[in-house]
Amino acid sequence: MGKRTIQNPIGKKDSRFVEMVKSQQFIAAAAMIVLYFVFWIAAPTFRGVNVITQILNSSYYLAFLGIGVTFVIATGGIDLSLGTVMGCAALLGGRLYSVNGLPMIVALLVTVLIAVVFSAINGYLIAFIRLPAFVATLGTQMMASGFGQIISNLEKTNWPARASEPGGAFKNAFQITISGEGKNVNIPTGLILLLIIVVIMSVILTKTKLGRYILSLGSNYEATRLSGINVRKYQFYAYIINGVFVGLAAIAYAAIYTSITAGFGAGQETNAIAGAVIGGTSLAGGIASIWGSLFGVVMMSVLKAGLPKIGLQSQWQLFLTGIIILVAVIIDVRRNKASN
Amino acid sequence: MTELLEMKNVNKAFSGVQALSDVQFHLRHGEVHAFMGENGAGKSTLMKILTGVYQRDTGEVLLEGKAVEYANTAEAMADGVIIVHQELNMMGDLTVYENIFIGRESMNGFLINDRDNVKRARELFEVIGVSIDPYAKVDSLTVGQQQMVEIAKAVSHDAKIVVFDEPTSALTQAEINELFTIIDDLKSKGIGIIYITHRMDEVFQISDRITVLRDGEYVGTVNTADTDKDELISMMVGRELTEEVKLASQVADDAEVVLEVENLSAGRMVKDVSFKLRKGEILGVSGLMGAGRTEMARLIYGAEQPESGTIKLHGEEVKIKSTEEAVAMGIGYLSEDRRRYGVLVEKNVAENTVLPSIEKYISKGLINDRSANKDALEYNKVVRTKMTGIEQVVRTLSGGNQQKVVLAKWLLRDSEILIFDEPTRGIDVGAKAEIYEIMQELADEGKSIIMISSEMQEILRMSDRIVVMCEGNVTATLPIEGATQEEILSYAMMRKEV
Repeated sequence: MGKRTIQNPIGKKDSRFVEMVKSQQFIAAAAMIVLYFVFWIAAPTFRGVNVITQILNSSYYLAFLGIGVTFVIATGGIDLSLGTVMGCAALLGGRLYSVNGLPMIVALLVTVLIAVVFSAINGYLIAFIRLPAFVATLGTQMMASGFGQIISNLEKTNWPARASEPGGAFKNAFQITISGEGKNVNIPTGLILLLIIVVIMSVILTKTKLGRYILSLGSNYEATRLSGINVRKYQFYAYIINGVFVGLAAIAYAAIYTSITAGFGAGQETNAIAGAVIGGTSLAGGIASIWGSLFGVVMMSVLKAGLPKIGLQSQWQLFLTGIIILVAVIIDVRRNKASN
Repeated sequence: MTELLEMKNVNKAFSGVQALSDVQFHLRHGEVHAFMGENGAGKSTLMKILTGVYQRDTGEVLLEGKAVEYANTAEAMADGVIIVHQELNMMGDLTVYENIFIGRESMNGFLINDRDNVKRARELFEVIGVSIDPYAKVDSLTVGQQQMVEIAKAVSHDAKIVVFDEPTSALTQAEINELFTIIDDLKSKGIGIIYITHRMDEVFQISDRITVLRDGEYVGTVNTADTDKDELISMMVGRELTEEVKLASQVADDAEVVLEVENLSAGRMVKDVSFKLRKGEILGVSGLMGAGRTEMARLIYGAEQPESGTIKLHGEEVKIKSTEEAVAMGIGYLSEDRRRYGVLVEKNVAENTVLPSIEKYISKGLINDRSANKDALEYNKVVRTKMTGIEQVVRTLSGGNQQKVVLAKWLLRDSEILIFDEPTRGIDVGAKAEIYEIMQELADEGKSIIMISSEMQEILRMSDRIVVMCEGNVTATLPIEGATQEEILSYAMMRKEV
C-alpha cells in the first residue's frame, strides 16, 4: 500500500491488476515459485512428488504459526514464545494420550488449551499490564520451554504413528495414506484444510470488526483509542487468536511427524515471523496479509527442503533465514520511512 | 562597553511560513531580560536560533561585538551560550556529577577520574550556593533541585548567557525564591540572563528590561521600572483584528445545558474546573500553553480519569470511564495532534471515517464495505474534504483535509458534543475558513462545541462564550459581547495563589 501511494502521491489509483502485482503478498508468492524452480534446476533430487509432500508437510504447522502471529504483528506486537509454546503443547497433549491414556479428543483439546493459556498470559501482560511484547513473550518463551521439559521429563513423546491406530484418526485431516502394492500414496488433505482456514482468517482480518480494530490499533493505538474503541480488549484478542493457531500448529506437527523431542519448537518463531514479514505484514503494525503469510512460510518450507538437496544442511538454513529476515525487515522499515 | 548580545533583523521561515520577521533582541552584561509573548509569538524559535538548534535565514547575531552563527548547540555552549530547558534534559539514572560533566569528564588515561569530577561538582554547587549531593541520582531529586543541577552545568561551561525557558512552572514557592537568589548571583558575575515566562509577578520581581514579540514580530523593549502589566498585555495582543469577530452570542441564555462540569480536578494540570455547555453553543476555551485545557478535555472524554468532580450530561451525572463510553454518550474529540491522535495515516479516508461507527455496517458478522463507503463519501462531502476518492490514503491529504476527515468521522457517529482541540493548528488559511464555516453550521444545527484554541482571533470569531484557564484553573467565564484580547490575556495570565 505504502509503495503504491508514493508512486502516486496525488492518490491516483492503479488498476486492480497493477495494484495486485505490486503488492507484497504477490511478490512473496512469486519469490516462493522462483525459489522452487531454482532448486528444481539446481538439484535433480529436488524434482519429485516426495519433495512436494515434504514441503507441504512442514508448511502445515508453519502456516498455522504464521497465520496466528500475523494477527499479533498486525497489532504492532510480536510473539517470541510461539515456538516453545507449540513444543510444550505438543509434549503435554502427546503425553496425556500416550502415557496417561486419555482419549485423543481430550489430548487434542488440552494441546490447544495450553497454547491459549500461554497466549492469554502474553496478551494480558501486553494489553493490560502494558509490557513491551518483546519482553513479555521472551519471558513466556522460557516458561514454556522449561514447562515442556518438566512435564516430559526430557523424554521423547509419541503421538499415534498411523491413522489406523486408536486415536490416530485426526491424522487424516492432514494426510491420508493409501498403501498398496509396496507403495504408499499420500493425499495431502491438509492442503485443503489449510486453504479453507486461510480464506476464513483472511475474511476475519479484513472484513470483520475484530480484524478491522486489530489493524486500526496496530496502525495508531492512541487514535484508535480516541475513536472510542476498547483497544486493550482487541489487542488481547489478537493474542488469543494466535494461541489457538499455536495449538493447531502443535496438532499439525504431531499428525505429520508423530514424535516430539524435548527441545522441539524452539526457534520456529523465526520461521513464522519471517514468513509473515516476507508476505507483507509490517512489523510496525497496521498492515497485514494472511495470504502473504501463507506464501511466506511456504517459501521458508521450500528453503528447508531445497537446501539439503544442494548440499547445505540445517545450519545453512538457519544462517539464510537470518539474512532473509533482515532483508525483509529492511524492506519493511524503508517502506515505513518512505511513507512518513 | 559593547553589548553582550545583539540580535538584529533576524528572519526565519519554516516551509514557507514566516516564524520570525526582523526580530531584535539585545542583552547587556549582568542583566535579567524578560522575554514575553503569546504562544507561537516566536520566543522559542528565536532562542533556538541563539543556541544553535536552528539557523537563521537572514539577520545578524553579535556576541560581545563578534558575529556568530552556531551550527549546533555544542558550538553555542563552547561560546558560553546555555539554555536551561523547561523540560529538563537529563539522564535520570545517572548521578548528578555524571550529568554535569558528560562529554567532558576529567580523565586518568583511559579511565574516568571520578574523584576529580565529584570535586569539581562540589565546587560548582558552592559557587552557586546550593547543597546537592553529587552522588545522588538525578531521578531522586526534586524538579527544583534538578534545575539547580542544570544551572550548575551552565556555570561550568563558563556561561556568558543563560536562557531560562519557563523555569518556575514546576517549582514550589521556596524553590522559586532559591532560583531567584541564584539568578541574582549570576547577574552579579556579569552573566546575561534571558528569562522566558508568562508569569507577570515574576517579570516585575526579577527583570531589568522586557522584550515583547507578537506573531513573529518585534513589538518593543521596555525598562521594567517604566512599565506595568496593562501596557505589557496590550503590547502582547495589540494586533489589529484582521478577521471578523462574533458580536453577540447566538445561543439563548436559557438554552438547554447539555454538559455541566463541576469541580473537576486531576493532578497538577486540572484544578477545580467548572463550566456549562449549552445546546448549539460554541464554548471557546482560551489559555496559554500548559494551562491544562487539553488535560481537561481528556477527562471529559474519558481518556483520563478525574480525581474528583462531576460531569453531568443533560442534567444527569455520568461517570465516563473510557473513550468507548464517551463516544457511546455522543461525545467526539478532535485532537490538536491529528497525525498522532486523530487519523490512521496509513489507512484510507473511508476506513478512518467509519472507524467509530463500524457496528452500524455489520451484517452477519461481516462489514458491509459498500454501504460504509457510501456513508463515508457522503459525510466527507458534507465537510468538503478535498480528495480523489474515499480510497485515498489519509497520509497524502493536507493537514486541513485530514482534520475534515476526523470531523466527518464524528458527524457520521452522530456525536452531539464535539471537543475541538486547536482545530486549525497548522492548517492553511483557505481550509481554516472552511472549518470555521462548518463549525458554525454544526452549532446552528444544535451540536454543542467546546473549542480549545490558543489563537485570539479564533476565540473571538467563533465563541458564543469564553472560558479562560490559567495553570489548571478556570480564571474567567466571559460573554462574547465586549470580550477583548487584552481582557482574555490578562485572565490567561492570572495565577491563582496556591
